[in-house]
Amino acid sequence: MGIVSPGFSGRRRSADERLPPGQYLVNDFPVLSAGPTPHVDTGKWEFQITTETGQTHRWDWEAFRALPADEPTVDIHCVTKWSKFATHWRGVSLDTLLAGVETSAGFVTARSYGGYTTNLPLADLVDGQAWVAYDYEGEPLEAEHGGPARLLVPHLYFWKSAKWLQGIDLSDHDTPGFWESLGYHNYGDPWREQRYWGD
Amino acid sequence: MSDYMDGNMLAGKLGELFAVDVTAAVGTCVSCGAAMAIAQTRVYPHAPGMVARCPTCDAVMLRLVRGPDRVWLDMRGVTSLQVAVPGD
Amino acid sequence: MAALRDETATARTIVLDVPQWPGHLPGQHVDVRLTAQDGYSTERSYSIASASMDAKLELTVQRLMDGEVSPYLTQTLAVGYPLELRGPIGGWFVWDPDGGSDPAGATAPAAPTPVLLVAGGSGVVPLMAMIRARAEAGNRAPFRLIYSVRDPSAILYGDELTKRERAGDGLEVTYVYTRSAPPGSSVPTGRINAAVLTSAGWPVEASPAVFVCGPTGFVEAVADLLVRVGHDPRAIKTERFGPTGGQR
Repeated sequence: MGIVSPGFSGRRRSADERLPPGQYLVNDFPVLSAGPTPHVDTGKWEFQITTETGQTHRWDWEAFRALPADEPTVDIHCVTKWSKFATHWRGVSLDTLLAGVETSAGFVTARSYGGYTTNLPLADLVDGQAWVAYDYEGEPLEAEHGGPARLLVPHLYFWKSAKWLQGIDLSDHDTPGFWESLGYHNYGDPWREQRYWGD
Repeated sequence: MSDYMDGNMLAGKLGELFAVDVTAAVGTCVSCGAAMAIAQTRVYPHAPGMVARCPTCDAVMLRLVRGPDRVWLDMRGVTSLQVAVPGD
Repeated sequence: MAALRDETATARTIVLDVPQWPGHLPGQHVDVRLTAQDGYSTERSYSIASASMDAKLELTVQRLMDGEVSPYLTQTLAVGYPLELRGPIGGWFVWDPDGGSDPAGATAPAAPTPVLLVAGGSGVVPLMAMIRARAEAGNRAPFRLIYSVRDPSAILYGDELTKRERAGDGLEVTYVYTRSAPPGSSVPTGRINAAVLTSAGWPVEASPAVFVCGPTGFVEAVADLLVRVGHDPRAIKTERFGPTGGQR
């Protein structure tokens, strides 16, 4: 631990039990990015699911917006320690998207426009745990927050909720993504404070 | 759009790993071949870790994560580093 | 901390006693780390404002409204308090009064290379270290500073810059006001443009060493103008502060 700075308390860290360990609550919505914000035209946007056998399922923007959607309200937790309660989204559940997909794969790589990737077990995307979201707080999701559409997996650290989602690849192998291959935890459960590899 | 800084800010963290100042070293982008001082890369510091991108083509040149007791450094985006050292 | 000096209503210079400070080159910075009682810590980078020969290390900190570290440094940190820092750091954005700005140490040119400094807001801090070091070393390289601020109340080191200019040893300062200028200002109010860089800077033929420091948007715009006016991009060194001034 460093030298204690007398009189310094930093960002307010509340003892709220809805906060996972080590997190603090914010009222704004911080923008964290590993690169320039991609600007994807919805006319060219496409979402794909590719199975472990190479089968591809595709939706363009119109088809995607026509799918039955949910409006989940969830708490989100970023590994950089900020958390936000009761965020409102509108999007398509992964259960809906995977309904017509034949797969026995165990793992998923989510791919973003701009090159970002993150990996998750398929089991964490189903049963009402994840969405591909396109509206935030009643408005279309802004590019800097991942629009046109982003993955939303609130029970894991928010780096798993890939912005500018382009597709998900199903696989029998687990392939660490952008941050997972650089020391971040492969799974990322905020309640067990799984920030770094080995936590 | 201008939400990045530059490689000057990597000096402290890289200084934990390297004996010489790497920000003044010239790196070559593996993607487009452009050469520049590491100080001139575009650094996005607000991610879970630091990402330094090529100012010409935006490819990732360097990534750095500082954990509680270790540093992870990925420089696969840099072909080579040229560092000035005191002459003989 | 040994002493403090308020520079403006929102910026303060903190003067630090650092045992066994090895010295530094103007342009370098330090990483400051604050730690709370419960172990929570956070870091920021701050450019060194003082010249190396000064007895104590000085940092000039701009207080940001929603900042986490700057309010502590400009309002809570008091004389006698400890401050944890790492440095000096940075070998790129430096000007050496004993050898110019080439880190490989090129042989000294016949006449000292003129230097153009372009500052956006608190980006003036590392450039001020260069101006101070130049004076202390008796270096005669002609220096021109173009300093862009919102209005006169935002100027850091105003009196000192005036005094140094009047000393007549080759420093010239031009202010560019982006919001409101004092009466009689020679430059039109607004952002820096090519005309100002030409009239208040060095001609391209002088092959100056150029240092630009400030927020990212400012640095990009100025560097772009300098190249378009004809300056060699390899002679331009830049340091971009984020909107929060070097946040990690």
